[in-house]
Amino acid sequence: MTYEILTYILGGLTIGTALMVILSKHPLRSVLYLVVTFFLISGHFLLMNAQFIAIVNVIVYAGAIMVLFLFVLMLLNLDKDNEPKTPWLTKFIAVISGGALFTVIIAATSESFMHLSQKAVEKTGDAIVKVSDQEGLVENLGHLLFTEYIVPFEVSSILFLASMVGAVLLAKREKQTIVEL
Amino acid sequence: MDTGMLIEKFILVVIIFLISLGIAAYSTYFERKLAAWIQDRVGPDRAGKFGLLQPIADGVKMFFKEDFIPKNSDRWLFIMGPGISMFTALITSAIIPWGPNIQAFGRTIELQVADFNIGILFIFGVVSLGVYGIMIGGWASNNKYSLFGAIRASSQMISYELAMGITLITIILMSGSLSLSEIVDKQHGMNWNIFYQPIAFIIFFVCSLAETNRAPFDLPECESELIGGYHTEYSSMKLGLFLFSEYVSMFISAAVISILFFGGYNFPGMDNFSGNTLALLCVLAFFAKIFMFIFIFMWIRWTIPRFRFDQLMHLGWKTLIPLSIINMLVTGIVIAFYQGWF
Repeated sequence: MTYEILTYILGGLTIGTALMVILSKHPLRSVLYLVVTFFLISGHFLLMNAQFIAIVNVIVYAGAIMVLFLFVLMLLNLDKDNEPKTPWLTKFIAVISGGALFTVIIAATSESFMHLSQKAVEKTGDAIVKVSDQEGLVENLGHLLFTEYIVPFEVSSILFLASMVGAVLLAKREKQTIVEL
Repeated sequence: MDTGMLIEKFILVVIIFLISLGIAAYSTYFERKLAAWIQDRVGPDRAGKFGLLQPIADGVKMFFKEDFIPKNSDRWLFIMGPGISMFTALITSAIIPWGPNIQAFGRTIELQVADFNIGILFIFGVVSLGVYGIMIGGWASNNKYSLFGAIRASSQMISYELAMGITLITIILMSGSLSLSEIVDKQHGMNWNIFYQPIAFIIFFVCSLAETNRAPFDLPECESELIGGYHTEYSSMKLGLFLFSEYVSMFISAAVISILFFGGYNFPGMDNFSGNTLALLCVLAFFAKIFMFIFIFMWIRWTIPRFRFDQLMHLGWKTLIPLSIINMLVTGIVIAFYQGWF
């Protein structure tokens, strides 16, 4: 029962802060709301007993990526005065395409959720699969990553390496004019 | 979760909170005394005997000063900045194992608020959030110097987090667990990590100096260049919270260093004791280590001059990160060798 109440409270807060990300007028506040949203998502992970994913979500998104966002926004100094005016038509098209994307995502995920819960009902007679308390802990996660999902794991690490090399190349391309100290 | 456990955790939280604040308050006094000794002065000696009431006098002074919010600042973020700083400084204390279990009122009480399965990553996560207070406060002040301080703080913290994270990996490799209580248990007696990982200790120590914005890495508040850095516009207790959170995080990072490298509450010859005596001695040993590290933090501050910003970046990116990666690789290879992979 407490679990359900917590889920509802967390879910409501998550949706609220996520809406504030796009509704708040100031870009810096949007970023801060996004940070809060990431925290709340980590809360959802904690409720599902996935401590490792929860904390990695905080470290990577709230702790590193959002700090860089803030960094850039602080230097840009965006105000209401020099905000570019968007034409009415652009706004209309943006709403339509965003809504279409949202519908597609909802359709796709609801289909797969239905499928999953059907499978669960067939298996256990209950829509919610009760996993053990140890499921999301780091030992089991690491074991799964290095046995069953080793190929996707390695492929994604190669992707990271490639993007790192790319970033270094992009940063190095311009001729350095700063005097080496 | 029963009521007894809730009550004991609540009491523990309150005690840890009070101890953190008390130690932070007296760190300010001790820092000024130490600076006086190093510079051959007397230091604060007016308030109370030996100036022992000085922190209280300072606190009262901070409270009664005019609380000023600049006109063009972002009001809410300006107020939030010091609070976030203090929160991130205090929250790490939740997962620190202060001592072994004690027996009281017919119950076994853990001297750790939350034994997280992923404790060491929690520390890393909080460290990476520590930058928000300074960044938000510095930006919201709407002052060039504050903004410079905030930008310096964030770039410094991001740079030193990397080396810190990599040294944490070596500790995880050594102990085979992410849980802080298990890491401490592995260092039973005198079997401390410092004897196996001296390089990792040095890197971690330098990084903690940078993460807590202590000298020689206190560039975010470098007076000679930036007036007061990120807290230029702050006054009254908001400034007090910013300054105070530095001392709290110094206390907490001293605790983390002693856990990761100096055996936490373990001390040589601990097998001769048992029960509550052992627990008491362990807590005392742990606090002795913490005070030693606080002393070293202060000693460094009053001995070494401040770095220049480019020197800071060079040290972080070109020395500490490669060194920590090499250290991690060597540790991994040695552990693999001992486990018979070759």
